[in-house]
Amino acid sequence: MLRNLLQRLLQGIVVLLVLFTLTFFLVKAMPYGPFQQEKAIPEHIRAKVNAYYGLDQPLHVQYGKRLANFIQGDPGLSLRLEGRPVTEIIAQAFPTSLQLGIAAILIALCVGIPLGTLAAAKKNSLIDFGAMALAMIGICLPSFVIGPLLAEYFGRTLKLLPAVGWEPADPRTWILPAITLGLGTAAYLSRLTRAGMLETLSQDFVRTARAKGVPGTRILVRHCLRGGLIPAVAYVGPAFAGLISGSVVVETVFQLPGLGQHFIKAIETSDEPVILACVMLYGSLIILANFLTDLVSLWLNPRLRTR
Amino acid sequence: MLRSLTTLLAAALVLASCSRETQVERANREGILILGNSGEPKALDPQLVTGVLESKIIGALMEGLVADDPKSDDALPPGAALSWENNEAMTEWTFHLRPDGKWSDGTPVTAADYVFSYQRMLHPEFIAPYVEMLYFIDQAEAFNKGEIDDFTKVGVWAEDDFTLKLRLREPVPYLPSLTRHYTWFAVPRHIILIHGKMTDRFTPWALPGNFVGNGPFRLKSWEFHKAIEVDRNPHYWDKENVGLNGIRFLPIENPYTEARAFLAGQLHSSYTLPSDFIDSVAAKQPEFLRQEPYVGTVFMRLNTTRKGLDDPRVRRALSLAVDRQAITEHVLEGYFPATSLTPKMGQYQPDPVLRFDPDAARKLLAEAGYPDGKDFPRFSILISRPAARASTEAIQAMWREHLNIIVDIQNKDWGSYITAQQTLDFDIASAGWIGDYLDPTTFLLMWTKGNGNNNTGWGSEAYEKLLDEAAHQSDNSRRLEIFRQAERLLMEEQPIIPTAFYSRNYLHRPEVKGWHPLLLDNHPYKSIRLEP
Repeated sequence: MLRNLLQRLLQGIVVLLVLFTLTFFLVKAMPYGPFQQEKAIPEHIRAKVNAYYGLDQPLHVQYGKRLANFIQGDPGLSLRLEGRPVTEIIAQAFPTSLQLGIAAILIALCVGIPLGTLAAAKKNSLIDFGAMALAMIGICLPSFVIGPLLAEYFGRTLKLLPAVGWEPADPRTWILPAITLGLGTAAYLSRLTRAGMLETLSQDFVRTARAKGVPGTRILVRHCLRGGLIPAVAYVGPAFAGLISGSVVVETVFQLPGLGQHFIKAIETSDEPVILACVMLYGSLIILANFLTDLVSLWLNPRLRTR
Repeated sequence: MLRSLTTLLAAALVLASCSRETQVERANREGILILGNSGEPKALDPQLVTGVLESKIIGALMEGLVADDPKSDDALPPGAALSWENNEAMTEWTFHLRPDGKWSDGTPVTAADYVFSYQRMLHPEFIAPYVEMLYFIDQAEAFNKGEIDDFTKVGVWAEDDFTLKLRLREPVPYLPSLTRHYTWFAVPRHIILIHGKMTDRFTPWALPGNFVGNGPFRLKSWEFHKAIEVDRNPHYWDKENVGLNGIRFLPIENPYTEARAFLAGQLHSSYTLPSDFIDSVAAKQPEFLRQEPYVGTVFMRLNTTRKGLDDPRVRRALSLAVDRQAITEHVLEGYFPATSLTPKMGQYQPDPVLRFDPDAARKLLAEAGYPDGKDFPRFSILISRPAARASTEAIQAMWREHLNIIVDIQNKDWGSYITAQQTLDFDIASAGWIGDYLDPTTFLLMWTKGNGNNNTGWGSEAYEKLLDEAAHQSDNSRRLEIFRQAERLLMEEQPIIPTAFYSRNYLHRPEVKGWHPLLLDNHPYKSIRLEP
């Protein structure tokens, strides 16, 4: 089993290397460079700026240098926020994305799993249909619809919560963005939980427990939840990484100082060091999340351990 | 679990309702102005940036030789300089710096600081992107391009600690107004040299904790995509008249997010307002709506190297078939129909030559060999900003209706859109231009052949001769007359089709006093007060 896990880690490193290479050359294939702006910079100035950042060198030289620097943990200077180290940008922005991601996944878990369990327990009842209809709405409504609606109502009409902004120490600023970001995931989770629970509920051991007169709630929580959650758990790990890396829209709607805004602006301005750093960070996160999911699945599902 | 979450949410909401004071109300109490600033600045070193949003922040931290007036575009109140004079030819200027002028660390601002600043900006190794703004100084361009090494040959020197002399390459009657642009500001020599050499592009001098300026405010903090905060500069010469305790600039890029923030009481003034919001704000909260003229023009760039568009008659026909009144009434709400390229500024007003005349347009098109639009090439109009789509579609429809020609609309991301124009890889492009200072040169100089902002493939010897003649003219009214001629020529040739003059539509709270409509939109922050 240990060998298996080590193998997964090694695979992860290869994936990251491929990711780095692909991203680097894709950025270079963009039809414009980093210093393209509406008011044209004189040609002799632009040539010098390019030389200053080493962008005039052959691609393989640039690639080699960039890779070597990345391996040493130095992604370089941003080309958009000129002169600012990429590490400083990430150090400022990543905690916001992480905090938002954690808040969103907590909301998703607290809403999705109980809702799915309830729907499974009351299969084909009004509660089931209601819960699943809600989930469908959650899946279909994109965050750029939910976000502004929440901000309009709670921020502008009720003036209860701020419509924009983020303060790490002020939970009032987390609520709306976290709900907006977590709702879609909650909806998926509830459907997965429902399916997993229904499957577990139809197993023989459940029938035996019922026959022995074990109360319904106890069957649900003690006997079924662990098995019924396996599909949901497999989804939660990657979903968490997805929430951290995919919060661009929510960051824009609520003006949050997270990494997503830097990532998008970097792509718009061909800011190669920031793009690479974000892609590598997101890539590592997804690999890590998958790895952790494997570990939790092993704990939840004894059959996987014996194999 | 569900119950605990509900309890938590309820608790949070109760907590929230205890402090229902909005951010603006709190800021009013604290004397802090909160402004939307549309994006993250590239940098705050005035010699490294080119943008407008950077100028809003730099304008709080630094002051030019001549200051901005809160009410008038033409007034030239003294700033870092107490007074100035020039020779009759307007080529030699003397600025007398104020003896009580200090940097925000208490060090005096001297003429040597200015000489250092212009040398730094012009130095070939420093690579300042907006260096062309200083090419008005004699020999500046040669020094910047490495043609001469000796900076003493460049027309800027310090006569003594408080006397700055400038020798220009041509008469520049609007020099005082030009020195209000950040490229002409002084940077603190004594601080820059602590952090590195003069020619080092990036040192931490322009970051919070190190930044030293000569403006009414000091840089307090800078958090990416969150806020830049400035507070009062205790060493500012006119500190008694500074009305605010600080300013918070929020880099909200999405205009809808910004409007929500404003309406939820989180901003004193927004940077912009999406035009689809104007009607609803005007109906429900007219006290917040501001619509003011701004020195900018929306236009179409025509690629005059394309067959069809190389004929001035075709270009004029396209222009005559645009109903500008309808566009500004229904699409670009608040904007004004363009009558020429340059909006009225100061004493300069170009002839109002642009008009809507579909009959004349059809006639011209027929003369050019395309009667009733027959055989006219199928061009596409390049756009990038979503805001440009509606007005472009309107023009598309007008050309179809009046000229019977079909054009497509092609949307590209910002970088590709700019590149396409700079490499002449387009037919027609929707574009805009904002003036940097109040003189027609800011709109007219770019149409010379090969200019990096021309991007139409058009050039005219007669046009350039007129510009050259104007450049050597020290009689200002004669000079402006020549520009009027040049602009008339440009509008006859029509490599560009101006459609509308900009208006700044934005949201603004009434308690902000001392904020008046200004063409360049540079409000001197020191005269602003918060009176709820």
